[in-house]
Amino acid sequence: MTLYFLCLMLFCVGLYGVLRKRNLVKIIVGLGIMEYAMNLFFVLLGYRFDGRAPIVARDQNILNMVDPLPQALVLTSIVIGLAVTALIISIAIRIYEKYGTFDITKIKKLKG
Amino acid sequence: MIDNPKTGMTLIVKTITRLTVGLILLFGIYIILHGHLSPGGGFAGGVIVALSFVHLMLAFGKDVAISKVSKNLASNLESIGALMFLSIALLGFLGGSFFLNILPKGTPFNLFSAGIIPLCNIAIGIKVGVGLFAIFLTLVIVEKSK
Amino acid sequence: MELHILLIFMIFAAIVAIEVKDLLSSVIAVGAVGFALCLAFLILKAPDLAITQLVVEILCLIILIRATINKDLPLVIEGRWIFNTVSTLSFIAVFLLFAWLALKELPGFGEPIMAVVKKYLQEGVSKTGSVNIVTAVILDFRAYDTLGEATVLFTSVIGIMAILRRPGRKKRE
Repeated sequence: MTLYFLCLMLFCVGLYGVLRKRNLVKIIVGLGIMEYAMNLFFVLLGYRFDGRAPIVARDQNILNMVDPLPQALVLTSIVIGLAVTALIISIAIRIYEKYGTFDITKIKKLKG
Repeated sequence: MIDNPKTGMTLIVKTITRLTVGLILLFGIYIILHGHLSPGGGFAGGVIVALSFVHLMLAFGKDVAISKVSKNLASNLESIGALMFLSIALLGFLGGSFFLNILPKGTPFNLFSAGIIPLCNIAIGIKVGVGLFAIFLTLVIVEKSK
Repeated sequence: MELHILLIFMIFAAIVAIEVKDLLSSVIAVGAVGFALCLAFLILKAPDLAITQLVVEILCLIILIRATINKDLPLVIEGRWIFNTVSTLSFIAVFLLFAWLALKELPGFGEPIMAVVKKYLQEGVSKTGSVNIVTAVILDFRAYDTLGEATVLFTSVIGIMAILRRPGRKKRE
């Protein structure tokens, strides 16, 4: 239970960065931290005491494996996170070329 | 072009890169091919293959890396990887349903076993590796041309 | 116990990454969070995830440093600083309260339910022939998930190429 709460604290640090900071790079860093916390929470839910890694060995019968389903879901999520981070960074590079700043309060033309 | 001292990093970095970049590429291919026997698989191996080309680009400058894999070739290869994965999935209709494992399973713990799973690993490895390299290439080229 | 130490280290590194003024230091601190996450995956018996997280973190750091180098700017602190901080912190406190209520309903750490997975673990090797059960799950039992991931990656590459293309001809007046 303490581990779950620590994982939520990590998520909240990322959430604070997204909500409070004005620099665009800090917002991207906050999104990355939230993604790490979410992946870790999935894997924590599937852990089992005295478990073995989910790979069958050749000449012994392993009965106590950890849950492989959250690991399979998180494996695709990590690569998607990298692609989404690269997409956000490309948008940030275009914003920097057009306005010359990363400060989101200085970008007046987005207000409409 | 490789020994041009104007582009890229210093001589030490270039020599070490020339020794190690082939090993990194080989390790990525090993991780992809043994995905059904040991930890790893298409995703991790694909990213390692992309990292070997990124290593080449960081050490020698962007021209050498583009002469190996150009941007058009990268985007074409990525489409080929995606279509290969989809066609493997569609081949399952020969046996009755989507993503059915129609090939013979073989004996476990052999390299040629597990039916369509190594083929899927190769398709995903091509797709992830070349896709991430195309992303990096696009980020670098546009920053230089402005 | 080592998981607690790793998680506390990750929280401190995340606070440093959020609060430090230099952008390059911030990016390197988020790299520290990622590598600690890789170690946590190893302790939690997930070697596939550890390999993938390690290499993805290296590539993510290279891309982030490429985007932020030579583009530093000082953060300005204007008025209403207290109001913004207090409202953000109160929102996070409400979030933590509801999350604490929801956490009581989850199964405890180390005792997962594993209702579906028992069937996968018993019949995985005989049905797919793959020794690595994680690969058997992502490429045979749940391959639709991987197909969706391939679509998302393809869309992302197309989006980046469309955003960062060279600007075309100007419009004729």
